[in-house]
Amino acid sequence: MNNNGAGSSSGSGDASPARRNSKRPKYSRFTQQELPACKPILTPQWVISVFTLVGIIFVPIGVAALLASNDVVEIIDRYDAVCVPQNMTNDKVGYIQNDAIDKTCTRRIKVPKDMNQPIYVYYQLDNFYQNHRRYVKSRNDGQLRDRSKENDTSGCDPEKTTSNGVPIVPCGLIAWSLFNDTYNFTRGNKALTVNTTDISWKSDRDHKFGDDVFPKNFQNGNLTGGKKLDPNKPLSQQEDLIVWMRTAALPTFRKLYGRIEVDLKENDTITVTLKNYYNTYSFSGKKKLVLSTTSWLGGKNNFLGIAYLTVGGLCFFLATTFTVVYLVKPRKLGDPSYLSWNRNTGGH
Amino acid sequence: MAGGRRKKNFLRKLYSFSCGKASLDEDHSQIGGPGFSRIAFANDPDCFEATNLGYPANYVSTTKYSLATFFPKALFEQFRRVANIYFLVTGCLSFTPLAPYSAVSAILPLIIVIGVTMAKEAVEDWRRYQQDNEMNNRKVKVHRGDATFDDTEWKNLRVGDVVKVEKDNFFPADLLLLSSSYEDAICYVETMNLDGETNLKLKQSLEVTSNLQDDSNFRHFKAVVRCEDPNANLYTFVGSLEYQDQQYPLSPQQLLLRDSKLRNTDYVYGVVIFTGHDTKVMQNATNPPSKRSKIERKMDKIIYFLLFSLVLISTVGSIFFGIATDDDIENHRMKRWYLRPDDTTIFYKPSEAAVAALLHFLTAMMLYSYFIPISLYVSIEIVKVLQTIFINNDHEMYHEESDKPAHARTSNLNEELGQVDTILSDKTGTLTCNSMEFIKCSIAGTAYGLGVTEVEKAMARRKGSPLLYEPDVEEEGHRDNNKPAVKGFNFTDNRVMNGNWVNEPHADIIQKFFRLLAICHTAIPETDDESGKISYEAESPDEAAFVIAASELGFQFYQRTQTNISIHELDPLSGKTVERSYRLLNILEFNSTRKRMSVIVRDEEGKLLLLSKGADNVMFERLAKDGRKFEDKTKEHMHNYADAGLRTLVLAYRELDEDEYAVFNEKFTEAKNSVSADRDEKVEEAADSIERDLILLGATAVEDKLQNGVPECIDKLAQAGIKIWVLTGDKMETAINIGFACSLLRQGMKQIIITLESPEIKLLEKDGNKDAIFKASKESVIHQITEGRKMTSSSDSQSFALIIDGKSLAYALEDNVKNLFLQLAVTCASVICCRSSPKQKALVTRLVKEGTGKVTLGIGDGANDVGMLQEADIGIGISGVEGMQAVMSSDVAIAQFRFLERLLLVHGHWCYRRIASMV
Repeated sequence: MNNNGAGSSSGSGDASPARRNSKRPKYSRFTQQELPACKPILTPQWVISVFTLVGIIFVPIGVAALLASNDVVEIIDRYDAVCVPQNMTNDKVGYIQNDAIDKTCTRRIKVPKDMNQPIYVYYQLDNFYQNHRRYVKSRNDGQLRDRSKENDTSGCDPEKTTSNGVPIVPCGLIAWSLFNDTYNFTRGNKALTVNTTDISWKSDRDHKFGDDVFPKNFQNGNLTGGKKLDPNKPLSQQEDLIVWMRTAALPTFRKLYGRIEVDLKENDTITVTLKNYYNTYSFSGKKKLVLSTTSWLGGKNNFLGIAYLTVGGLCFFLATTFTVVYLVKPRKLGDPSYLSWNRNTGGH
Repeated sequence: MAGGRRKKNFLRKLYSFSCGKASLDEDHSQIGGPGFSRIAFANDPDCFEATNLGYPANYVSTTKYSLATFFPKALFEQFRRVANIYFLVTGCLSFTPLAPYSAVSAILPLIIVIGVTMAKEAVEDWRRYQQDNEMNNRKVKVHRGDATFDDTEWKNLRVGDVVKVEKDNFFPADLLLLSSSYEDAICYVETMNLDGETNLKLKQSLEVTSNLQDDSNFRHFKAVVRCEDPNANLYTFVGSLEYQDQQYPLSPQQLLLRDSKLRNTDYVYGVVIFTGHDTKVMQNATNPPSKRSKIERKMDKIIYFLLFSLVLISTVGSIFFGIATDDDIENHRMKRWYLRPDDTTIFYKPSEAAVAALLHFLTAMMLYSYFIPISLYVSIEIVKVLQTIFINNDHEMYHEESDKPAHARTSNLNEELGQVDTILSDKTGTLTCNSMEFIKCSIAGTAYGLGVTEVEKAMARRKGSPLLYEPDVEEEGHRDNNKPAVKGFNFTDNRVMNGNWVNEPHADIIQKFFRLLAICHTAIPETDDESGKISYEAESPDEAAFVIAASELGFQFYQRTQTNISIHELDPLSGKTVERSYRLLNILEFNSTRKRMSVIVRDEEGKLLLLSKGADNVMFERLAKDGRKFEDKTKEHMHNYADAGLRTLVLAYRELDEDEYAVFNEKFTEAKNSVSADRDEKVEEAADSIERDLILLGATAVEDKLQNGVPECIDKLAQAGIKIWVLTGDKMETAINIGFACSLLRQGMKQIIITLESPEIKLLEKDGNKDAIFKASKESVIHQITEGRKMTSSSDSQSFALIIDGKSLAYALEDNVKNLFLQLAVTCASVICCRSSPKQKALVTRLVKEGTGKVTLGIGDGANDVGMLQEADIGIGISGVEGMQAVMSSDVAIAQFRFLERLLLVHGHWCYRRIASMV
């Protein structure tokens, strides 16, 4: 009956229905896999030149990055242990938790090199797990942003409400444990002003922290965590809070405290008068004060430069090795006799 | 309406009464034992007994799910994957406060992934449902009582209904043929949907029912059919018909199978015997075997590994978490005060750190769930479907003549195609195109036929000698210009052609020879009304070739009725064409155990003739003492033919005397009428008793043509490092020659032949001591294998070919020998197993698959390859001439062997690379 079908359609004198009747697959360059394709073959010349090229590009970048990083002047001063009075070194926690003791502490820092403004002031905490799951989740973004959601404290356990059930703004463990050491810098007799504005992300100020949300019932519980906030300043202006609320991913982290907008000369001595309020003693964390300039690459960081140099060097090394191998023992490209099965029968 | 119903009820009473009587009879009859218990009350489906039998209706459903079971079943299928179970568990957990993220983000991907796959299932099933619906609602005429036939839907048919099927319609169920529009109650059936064979098959009803040719005959028709239980065997049927208080035996000749088509016949009447899922075609329907590709199995392992590492990470994490949490309060002092460990829920409580750690473990399991690539499964599915589309659409795998593109039936084995190590191939229909050409014959010890076979050409090429037969070929070409070539006929010899045989020395034998060719077959002539040309529908291409050859040589077979065969033949005395008809008395059918077929006819002079043709080994031992006149010569010729890659058959005849025939006929009819399991054996025994003392006429040789491009394809595959094994049922010589023809065997190859044809074994066989034969054969096989091992290990530059015959293979596949055999076989470049049975094919495939651990590919086209295809890692069916069974059980179907090259080397390569680079 196949004949039948073909016969009738050819009888009508039209070729196209006959073609449609057949099961011949439709032609298209896609189904026939005839689309143009490009597939590089890894010839020795190609490989060597690519490696060389990568080396040539990477090594200078690495050198530049290292140089930039070396230009950065960084002063780190650990003060958590030193600021404890001699008689309290066996009971640091007792010292820090005793409000009666004056927490003022003075440090002198010598500037090793000229530092150009802006000089960034950071505090660095150690062994502080801002990334703990309970800690990270303990906040309510809606409440921070929106005045109408003031009473929304979901997710803020265990710092939702005060003991008498009034919602806390801002709620949650993060806000509650806000860093509260303060630093004052003087050079000679002249105070160095620390600019603490514009230290947070602009997007955070504009969108995440409302300018009509004011702290309420904050740090009123029986256990005070960290800094108290000025209830008359909206959250969008509490930049130290905003910086703090952007939680760090690692247990050792720096957070921006402010900027000194004056150049510092080599061998200047800076006196830092700090209030050592924050309790890192109970979890044996460290506190450090960091002053740092920046380069075009940011702060001091040798890693990037070293990484570039390593990769670049490796590429150079491989390129030379391949060149040597290629020159000493060349082999024909695409020779099927090198295939494993051919080699087996031939080699045995 | 009411009246009609009352009448019906009344009728029903009558029926049940008569049926009750019938069931009394049943107690006395021998059939009805286990396996043969089916009863159909013809024209009486309403009677009490019939309704009690509880046979299913003719409604056929091939859907996997029903509306109610879809969700549970499909979900169950989905969650058999480890990854899905894992994601379900995490999904459930994510609703608890343990969850590190919101429940939606855990559940959503899972829902999407499962939803997509289930939607695919649902759409596929819906399509199947629609197909079923279309099928179930086809109309057929069914007897409604009072000799009226009404249209009804297929699904309403019940066992026992009498239906009338008209020309070019499908049979709605398995029917028992009662009568047809022809006087002798024959009908022609096309079974394309069943086995893909396009030739017409002749079916014939019992003589007792053949007169029921009119609707009105069925008013009072009553009969009871007893037969075997539903089974999947398409070609057997055992049953009996009780009609007018007499028992009549039924055979497959009377069975019309569902999904086959009535052709060339105006109408037939039949009784529904098997309905719905009991029909043979439905019993045959099997789902494609679920094979999984290596990459999938590997991916499962990777998932398990990932799951393990996930648990490990979570465990380590939660241990540390536990320690840290435990430390948080020491001597009532908070260490990490900023976490307020004094005011916590259970998850962080330092006083119950162990519990907290355990809960943390669960959380971590969810948190790290990105370890398990859930989308990978879906992406792989999509990529595979695309690859299948590429395979199906490839123009270079589309066969113009048969209008068949490649068809990948399962998508999950695509990339395995690129990993094939061993190909196990069938010969007939796979390497060769299974179209036979009558090329040579040997009559009365004289060889006729000058054609050159491809094998001979290949051999000539191999020897490097110039073609000896060149002039003949030219002559042949010249002749072809004058006369249009006839398909299946490539015989040239002026001594016998154009009636010249009359002048040959043994003209009478030549006459008998061609007459036998024209009579001894089961082909059906079809006369084209316009041109008057006769074409033949034969069961096998060999037969077609014989009939065509006979008609080309002046013995034109032109008509077949139930009892007569008519041929135009040349009368040697008058030199004119005369019509002769032979009364056909019995057909002793061909099957693979008998390897021969015979017909018993009475010619116009009243002489009884037994005409027989068959394989050489069975025929030569059946020759009469005085019938062996040309035996040696014929054997020699046959040997030459086999060398030339031709298929040979021996032709012989014998005259019967009336008494002998009467005895045989009684025995034979009795055997045929018995309805029991050993009926086939009885028939065979009866046939065996008469097929003796034959007189040899000669032998035929037909060429089994190689498919296009097979040698090139095999060459390329061999270059690609793929080993090719040929498993064939042919004789060793034929197999070797085909091997040479398709460049499987090459000149430089050393052949290791393992056979049991050694003189000692033959001697033992004559003694008939079975144990001794067994022992000796086994020893001989082991010895030959070890010899071969030595040969292969001693020289390493040469490539080897192993050729083993079926008998030796049986020993070589035994448990303690098979490893030895495998070791030998894998060192050989090509392996040919000849005379192997389907079972052996499957066993060899399993041996290779399990022994080497490499990917095997089975390729074949016939029902005898099904085992091999299912056993192999990938089964490829050739959708050729021998039927659809191989295709139904294959994973990929292609039209020609040469497409294998593109399928493996191009698509397999692409698929593997693409899947690999995607994962």
